Amino acid sequence: MSTLLLEAERVKSYYHTREGTVKAVDDVSLDVENGIILGLAGESGCGKSTLMNTLMMKIRPPLYLVDGEIIVDGERISKMERKEIKKKIWGVKISLVPQSALNALMPTKRIIDFIRDVVKFHVDVSDGEIVSMARKRFEELNLPEDSLYLYPHELSGGMKQRAVIAISTLLNPKLLIVDEPTSALDVSTQKRVLKLLLDLKKFKIIDSIVFVTHDIAVLRQIADRLVIMYAGKIVESGTLEDVLSNPKHPYTAGLIHAVITPEPEIRKRGLVSIPGEPPNLINPPSGCRFHPRCLHAMPICKKVVPELVDISNGRKVSCHLVKS
Amino acid sequence: MLLKVKDLSKTFIVGLFRKKEIHAVRKVSFNIKKGEFISLVGESGSGKTTTSRMLLRLLKPSSGSVIFEGKDPWALHKIEDLKWYWKQVHGIFQDPFASFNPLYKVDRILYQTFNLLNVESDAEKEHLVKESLKEVGLRPEEVLGRYPHELSGGQRQRIMIARCYLLKPKLIIADEPISMIDASTRAGILKLFSDLRNNYETSVIFITHDLGLAYYVSDRIMIMHNGSIVEEGTPDEIMEHPKHHYTMRLKEDVPLLYRKWKGF
Repeated sequence: MSTLLLEAERVKSYYHTREGTVKAVDDVSLDVENGIILGLAGESGCGKSTLMNTLMMKIRPPLYLVDGEIIVDGERISKMERKEIKKKIWGVKISLVPQSALNALMPTKRIIDFIRDVVKFHVDVSDGEIVSMARKRFEELNLPEDSLYLYPHELSGGMKQRAVIAISTLLNPKLLIVDEPTSALDVSTQKRVLKLLLDLKKFKIIDSIVFVTHDIAVLRQIADRLVIMYAGKIVESGTLEDVLSNPKHPYTAGLIHAVITPEPEIRKRGLVSIPGEPPNLINPPSGCRFHPRCLHAMPICKKVVPELVDISNGRKVSCHLVKS
Repeated sequence: MLLKVKDLSKTFIVGLFRKKEIHAVRKVSFNIKKGEFISLVGESGSGKTTTSRMLLRLLKPSSGSVIFEGKDPWALHKIEDLKWYWKQVHGIFQDPFASFNPLYKVDRILYQTFNLLNVESDAEKEHLVKESLKEVGLRPEEVLGRYPHELSGGQRQRIMIARCYLLKPKLIIADEPISMIDASTRAGILKLFSDLRNNYETSVIFITHDLGLAYYVSDRIMIMHNGSIVEEGTPDEIMEHPKHHYTMRLKEDVPLLYRKWKGF
């Protein structure tokens, strides 16, 4: 058993809003082992991004950590002061590239000046060292060094995304979380970003990656493990091959069937999408949250919340069909 | 022939003193028949959107011609003629969030179509709106009377397509209509375009960077690169025997579900 980089235990993080409490992450446990790429898939509004912010302890009202523990590389960050987390954890042990990363760079600063500010916040080094560090890293990752001296608006979308990823891993964090890094990019640029992520791991700059997306075909290319999330809960997890070739949860099967790629297998079975819309998390459905959209729903699904059970070697499913 | 596009070009001139010409679209020519579904595929910056804007009469071409049902849209000046063009040629855009005014209920965007239609009675209007929503798989009571932020991206894009069911245009130009929509609901939205074509013989120009999507719905695919159409063919021809090196690269870069990329 490899060591765990990140452990999240029964985490609940809710948004307290005027309309009510949004249970965006409801009782989620997640482990990230050393050396793997974990793919997290689910529809918009299923709590993927909230879960990532929670794992980072990037929690600001109206979002509250209601319950649960988060341990990153041996440190219990769910109990830490925000100030300490900012200085000692973010960027150093665990980095997050959020969905809006294309807007993360300062429009009025050249990339190198932005890097200088970021690095100085965490470690005490001279300007010269930072510049040589950044140049070396850009060279290693095959990014044009000239781009360090440009302003963000002078970079293309793909280049900006790659620069943000390079900057967030400058201090060699163990874990990198990327949230929909390629959704706004075209296929050729997307491939370059994915290659960069693999390079970061190959050169041992980072140990593990959590990749969040709604596109399973992308995960197929890079992930080792797959975690499927629906309406604030994890419904299935396992190795990529197991989950893709033999999905146990009807939602997972639906997600896989909804993939549209130019392949004979998919052409044969035709295009199918999951009927309905994801539920409102202020007032989620009783029992299994997927039951109103599920083709196999039974009476029990309406009443009892299925537990996430281990069916074999770390393959976990939460569905009443699997138990019976 | 419904639409004839010949040598369509657009050159943007940038800079104040040192002027630079950017050839966004270079001599693009193609024809569309009634009921034909064609896809325009290319990466960002290949000129797809500039082409679509010229077809929608939102951007004046630098040279070349667009002829729709024998008429040049740029020669239309009278309001009745323009209304005719807007009713016949309808655009659907990438960002279903930007198409709505956040201050108004979603009903407004549907009722606005009656400015182009001859419907007098309010009861008839309400009936047509409800029917169009049902056509696109929405329950009228779920969406009417709500504000855009209360709906998901997929629901919003469906409402935009409901407008097509009200207007029954002859040509729909859909510019990346599903790239901001969840993978789980993409197939359903894609099907709505096919349904329109099958039920009303609507012609569709589907603009996308994803060859995978184009493969399923099109009769014909055109590959666009650096402002020109570099290859054209049926989906099978393009996927199985791509000729242009850019098409080959595009095909290789599409992530697949059952095959892993080399070197990954």
